[in-house]
Amino acid sequence: MSHSGAPLTAAEVMKLIPQRDPFLFIDEILEIDEEHVVASYRWRPDADFYQGHFPGNPVTPGVLLIESMAQASVVALGLYLVTQTHSVEEARKFLTVFTDANVEFSGIVRPGDEVKITARKQFYRRMKLRSEAEMTLSDGTLVCSGVLSGMGIPQ
Amino acid sequence: MTEDDALERVVKILTPHVRNEEALANVSAETNILDDLKVNSARLVDVVLAFEDEFDIEIPDEDVDSVNTVGDCVKLIVGKAN
Repeated sequence: MSHSGAPLTAAEVMKLIPQRDPFLFIDEILEIDEEHVVASYRWRPDADFYQGHFPGNPVTPGVLLIESMAQASVVALGLYLVTQTHSVEEARKFLTVFTDANVEFSGIVRPGDEVKITARKQFYRRMKLRSEAEMTLSDGTLVCSGVLSGMGIPQ
Repeated sequence: MTEDDALERVVKILTPHVRNEEALANVSAETNILDDLKVNSARLVDVVLAFEDEFDIEIPDEDVDSVNTVGDCVKLIVGKAN
């Protein structure tokens, strides 16, 4: 379960992700390997932010859609890649920080919608990971897509 | 490839990431990439990858650690390319 053995499983990567409720925006990692990750999330209808975004017309904020994509494409895939060369204990000492993103929105996500995030690695060098990611609704409708990067820094 | 030629191409690659235009206008071999040009340190990987593509070279991570100035980049690139 680390650089000294088999690669981490999707469930093991999920446990390593430091974000927790109410700021964890992936429920499950469906696929993960050195090149890609697929994850899912169901947007909780009772989340507080829907009360204000927008009153009477709840829409999931775009910044949270970006965060959800980043948690899959940068944090989860990053932890998977880091544990190829570091032990799980060493990996826990790094904090993944968001460095840059270029995202385009083409749909909206309502409370209760389930989304799938699919991301493919563009590069991983010197603890920096850049991935191309997209989020789709369960009927396949594209919600947003773009390129996101993050970096592991010692904490 | 001459150092002048490399310098021009290095500056062109750095330019989109520079946040201090004044330092860029007066750029020299001594210009520090992070401290003077105010390039975000998280962009260094992007810059190194761009150098590799532009000059068709490979830059090992350990070589990157010793790069601080524009002149350091030029010396590293010219050394690898020639």
